Amino acid sequence: MAFFQMTSLVMKWIFRKPVTSRYPFEPRVPLAGSRGKLVFTDGNCVYCTACAKKCPANALIVSRDKKTMEIDRLRCISCGYCVDVCPKKSFSLGEAHSSPVTTKSSELQIHKSGNEETGAPKAAEGNSTSAPK
Amino acid sequence: MARTIIPFGPQHPVLPEPVHLDLVVEDEKVVEARPSIGFIHRGLEKLAEKKDYVEFVYVAERICGICSFIHGQSYCQAIETIMNVTVPPRALYLRTVWGELSRIHSHLLWLGLLADAMGFESLFMHSWRVRERVLNIIEATTGGRVIFGSCKIGGVRRDIDPAMITHIQSEMKTIEKEMREITTVFMNDRSVKSRLCGVGVLTKQEAYELGCVGPMLRASGVAQDMRKLGYAAYKDIPVEPITRTEGDSYARCAVRSEELFQSVDIIRQALERIPDGEIAVKVTGNPNGETIMRTEQPRGEVAYCVKATGSKNLQRFRVRTPTFANLPAMLKVLQGCDLADVPVLVLTIDPCISCTER
Amino acid sequence: MTPEQTMEPIAVETLLQRVQKMHEDGYRLVQIHATTLPDKLEITYSFDLDLRLASLRLHLPLEEPRLPSVSTIYGCAVLYENEMHDLFRVQVDGMTLDFKGNLYKTAVKFPFGSTKAPGVTCAAIAPAPTPKPAAGAAPVK
Repeated sequence: MAFFQMTSLVMKWIFRKPVTSRYPFEPRVPLAGSRGKLVFTDGNCVYCTACAKKCPANALIVSRDKKTMEIDRLRCISCGYCVDVCPKKSFSLGEAHSSPVTTKSSELQIHKSGNEETGAPKAAEGNSTSAPK
Repeated sequence: MARTIIPFGPQHPVLPEPVHLDLVVEDEKVVEARPSIGFIHRGLEKLAEKKDYVEFVYVAERICGICSFIHGQSYCQAIETIMNVTVPPRALYLRTVWGELSRIHSHLLWLGLLADAMGFESLFMHSWRVRERVLNIIEATTGGRVIFGSCKIGGVRRDIDPAMITHIQSEMKTIEKEMREITTVFMNDRSVKSRLCGVGVLTKQEAYELGCVGPMLRASGVAQDMRKLGYAAYKDIPVEPITRTEGDSYARCAVRSEELFQSVDIIRQALERIPDGEIAVKVTGNPNGETIMRTEQPRGEVAYCVKATGSKNLQRFRVRTPTFANLPAMLKVLQGCDLADVPVLVLTIDPCISCTER
Repeated sequence: MTPEQTMEPIAVETLLQRVQKMHEDGYRLVQIHATTLPDKLEITYSFDLDLRLASLRLHLPLEEPRLPSVSTIYGCAVLYENEMHDLFRVQVDGMTLDFKGNLYKTAVKFPFGSTKAPGVTCAAIAPAPTPKPAAGAAPVK
């Protein structure tokens, strides 16, 4: 029978630095190897739509004609399946997680078309996309 | 004595997930509990008809947020059995390590919730403080804190390098020491004991007849653990089920507390013996056949019934989760208990309602 | 990897007898599940004794499937039987606890059931402005 177990536990921790962090003021630093935000590097991409076909959450919309890649950040589950299947290795997973948003929007990345515009958040264009399934 | 019906749930401070109970009480004694579940039926079993069998691993992992890895592992094992895939030994060991890590984090979560249900807030915080260390190991090795996403058909998706293995081994020492401090409180503290001892007794016979699984069954004296089937690395690392004979809430708490140290031991053995080599084999073709795969989750035995007909999509995917099997026992122990003990009794089965309804 | 799994086909009439026998032999009920095949409904009862898994399998017609309840033998079977009723439209007679189709709250009645059976319309109970396309519309995406 042990006595004052909880008291000794409490006394031990009462003089230590808290293990919790002041979250919104001190953002959490993800550990190395964490699966975070999906990063698309254009340049190699041939818009084969393999990633969009395989995506379990249907978060990728690729248009072969327009040469666009749309990533729905709210659907993406950061599983990394597209990283595995991409033949050109255009995807990678960053360590930081995508930040909270107040509006629903996709991130459109255009490549090889007239205006080089990358990473600009734009509203999703429903039509003119290859159906993911 | 007049009977009163008190609704309990679906939203209740003690319940992490929605389940509703109509408690028929006479004075302060519960006479009968009528359950109603189904608030979060998501139809995941039906989704097997839409997703192909490879990407369904991600769905299987999301059946539950706590035992996610073992869900994914069981699904992969079921498909591998049907397709006769031989998984490389290193992958089997890695699966075992991650499975046991998820068992530790699930049991620590449960211990914290139990302390919370009893009103022992500081113990709850200390349990979750230790759990955070486990979650950090999980995040560093698999990339996810809750959804591991590291199991795939034919092996695993990530390897653990030697530096990380050394780190886990040293971290395990700290975790074990800290867990020892916490479980000593759970086992010896007077206020914990007065809330748990003799509450919700389930005899060996009753537990077996009601189809209980996992710690619930072992706390009543039945030595049953699916890890004895010898899947993954358990064929090399023997597991002796931890049992208690009292069958009350205290015994269930004791079984889970001791399983924490058993898991640490298994992780240590697995990391010492881990063989070198490939971590995955390539799987081609479609499954054709049927199997029932059973594995041991933190909450008990899970049964995966998978039937495939040679097409990309499975014909039937069915999961019998541990909580589903433990619900009848919960209703049984609620009969005749005090109203104030209901939260503790509901928690002692470690309810995971999302699992139950899928 | 999975030692000793047996699957034994039985007839509906002998179900209660066989389950009673299993109970006397000391088996534990592991699970009951149904599968919709193109032409019939397949019901599987799995039992466990010392890590050996023994299953009984029977087939039912798609139209008006009926089963006797085993809940008088295994009390815990009620949940599985109610589940079969709610998802597969199997009429189970003599359940000790009948939820009368209210175990699961699904938008579509009998979502896993056959789409060929008469009297099954997949009109959602939840407000549905447009009639659902042909029967069998899944409640999930």
